[in-house]
Amino acid sequence: MIPEIGHFALIIAFCLTLMLATVPAWGAWRGNATAMALAPTLAVGILVFVGISFACLASAFLQDDFSVSLVASHSNSLLPPIYKFAAVWGNHEGSLMLWALILALWTAAVALFSPQLPLLVLSRVLSVMGAIGVGFLSFSLATSNPFARLLPATPADGGDLNPLLQDPGLIIHPPLLYMGYVGFSVSFAFAIAALLGGRLDASWARWSRPWTNIAWGFLSLGIMLGSWWAYYELGWGGWWFWDPVENASFMPWLAGTALIHSLAATDKRGLFKSWTVLLAIFAFSLSLLGTFLVRSGVLTSVHAFATDPARGMFILVFLALVVGGSLTLYAFRAPAVSSRVTFAWVSRESLLLCNNVVFLVATLTVLFGTLFPLIVDALGMGKVSVGPPYFNAVFVPLMVLLVPFMGIGPVSRWKRDDVARWRSELMIPAAVAVACGFTFPLLNAPYNIWVALAVLLSSWLLLGLAQDVLRKLRNASSAARGLRRLTPGYCGMLIAHLGFAACVIGVVATSQYSLERDLRMSPGDTQELAGYQFQFVEVTQVRGPNFIADEARIVVSRDGAIVASLLPQKRRYLAGGSVMTEAAIAPGLFRDLYVAMGEPIGSDGAWAMRLHYKPLVRWMWLGAIFMAVGAFTSVFDKRYRRQRDVVPSVNKAALHGV
Amino acid sequence: MHSVRKQRLYLVLFVVLFSSVAIGLVTYALRGNINLFYPPVQVAEGKAPIGQSIRVGGMVERNSLQRAADSLQVSFMLTDYQASVPVVYVGILPDLFGEEQGAVASGVLDSDGVLQATEILAKHDENYMPPEVAYALENSGYDKKGNTK
Repeated sequence: MIPEIGHFALIIAFCLTLMLATVPAWGAWRGNATAMALAPTLAVGILVFVGISFACLASAFLQDDFSVSLVASHSNSLLPPIYKFAAVWGNHEGSLMLWALILALWTAAVALFSPQLPLLVLSRVLSVMGAIGVGFLSFSLATSNPFARLLPATPADGGDLNPLLQDPGLIIHPPLLYMGYVGFSVSFAFAIAALLGGRLDASWARWSRPWTNIAWGFLSLGIMLGSWWAYYELGWGGWWFWDPVENASFMPWLAGTALIHSLAATDKRGLFKSWTVLLAIFAFSLSLLGTFLVRSGVLTSVHAFATDPARGMFILVFLALVVGGSLTLYAFRAPAVSSRVTFAWVSRESLLLCNNVVFLVATLTVLFGTLFPLIVDALGMGKVSVGPPYFNAVFVPLMVLLVPFMGIGPVSRWKRDDVARWRSELMIPAAVAVACGFTFPLLNAPYNIWVALAVLLSSWLLLGLAQDVLRKLRNASSAARGLRRLTPGYCGMLIAHLGFAACVIGVVATSQYSLERDLRMSPGDTQELAGYQFQFVEVTQVRGPNFIADEARIVVSRDGAIVASLLPQKRRYLAGGSVMTEAAIAPGLFRDLYVAMGEPIGSDGAWAMRLHYKPLVRWMWLGAIFMAVGAFTSVFDKRYRRQRDVVPSVNKAALHGV
Repeated sequence: MHSVRKQRLYLVLFVVLFSSVAIGLVTYALRGNINLFYPPVQVAEGKAPIGQSIRVGGMVERNSLQRAADSLQVSFMLTDYQASVPVVYVGILPDLFGEEQGAVASGVLDSDGVLQATEILAKHDENYMPPEVAYALENSGYDKKGNTK
């Protein structure tokens, strides 16, 4: 009964999205205030019904209702309850439900937290989000119904969740990632609403900016969790593979990074307006493209759940409609919204422009590398794959190009600045950064040209920030008052840029200094890696809730002192019989020690073992967390709430203007 | 020229210049770093280049998996039931690797026709088949058990 209620609620939600997509849009076109005022109510209604539907699906999973085909194939009675819940989105149909739920959440959030938004704009924005909802809910209902029953042939037990996904990472990675993906639909909706209205001013950027920042922050967290999950769950110790699915989440992030910077220029100076709109369209299209790549089964990946051409086709058509429709609208309306403001070449605007060009080119090169194999395959020219060397070769130089500008950014002024001023401000930071690049081996690290470059660039970045904060404090009467006067927007920028610097150091140091050895070890053997002794003590049999495992005990010591006792496992899951490696990690701020079991070899109880020494690997994830925290902090800036007193008069004028 | 137009012109020039550098970088990076997929039958026919990075996918032949006693070296045959390719790999195999399962090996073909693999990909769950393996089998006309379709 409950699954039918869920299905019914989903159908009602679909009808509501249809109304939301049409009625307020018609109202905005005709100037009918009643129709427009319907939008927020409809948005909340959609959230309620999608929520009911999602809750019904979750309860089917939690109660082991194996008559629901989705539960039967993706859950098992032995599964711990928390994974039963996470299994809701550990499959194609359920992950679409999560998509729909999060879209409904964002739509309702826009409806509820935008009291300062003119009704005209609000109704257009919500209508666009409703149209996106129509696309996804019809996709779910038409091709991937999560509530399909297996009657009367109900199995006694389920086929189990893929063991790779039975992990805390799965519980939070998809929701966070989707919060980011879907969050860009808000920026997209604002951009389309502005094009429809033909009015694109600084207040538009101010409305759109906090939403974009939040979405970008969530996306950063989602990507970071994905990377962390791959690191400890796949058992290779790798944290980024340039796998098409990773790229699918990384491309919207890159475009989103360009977007938040371009929005800053639009907000503060009314510049790059049509460019910002284009980026918003681009970022959301890449989110959709990511969904297509991941969900259509064209890729070999842990994320590709099932191959069904109809589903791939549906998303492709939807993608074509969204991209084609919005670009057509853009072509007609962009001239009306373009800006007439100029800026000097030596100014913050040019630096932001550099950021945009670098990130856009980075997005395009990643896009190209990701799609190239698909294009070649579609043309029947063979099956190729583009590997990490390509991405590293194009991506690293781009980032190297970016950081020098990032160092100047905070110090620079809007509109017109002076090279001489930059020189006097940044002389000391530059000198210190170069000194850091030469002297970092004093921190007990062997000299390495890439690490030197990373240290040079990130200290340049940090010192540039420090210089700007110092200048601000010097101008204030006291340091405390100066600190208090730093706006949340500025602090957010500081934190996020700090995170970026940490990321650069972490990525480069791990790639350059990591040591990895695959070894054959018998119980009692000791191996040395990076000054640590790894002693393989024994293998014991342990039993988990739904698996049995061989668990090795490896004692790691350094200079005679025991550092950690690691317990990697080789699990065999009872339901599907599949085998899984569970790595054991001794984490640390400055190094991780990582052990994974291969397979048993020989007759004397020997195992293939993988030992890793990974310096500073946590820094990149910490960096990503900093970036997200920075993005969330910036939302508290007063400038996003202050315009209430200005807007009502504009609102009326706009209403009558239609 | 009007200052706005002038600025726009410079902007366009800058973007064009920068993108051509990027395109150059991309073509350069792409030249050395793509690897083509070959079904076993094409490797056996000598269509795959020697000494270049390629990928070969198929089913791991029954009773072909051998381990060295004193190192992590393994060898096995990848087959599409028309022809087989010997593969040698040193390292730890993925969890779901096994005989009569689909796998994709990437590496370099040596002059004896043995693929010296640097990476082995297996399927990641019970029912999933790497697309390349599915493609190789489709071309050979056999199903994954080795029966003719």
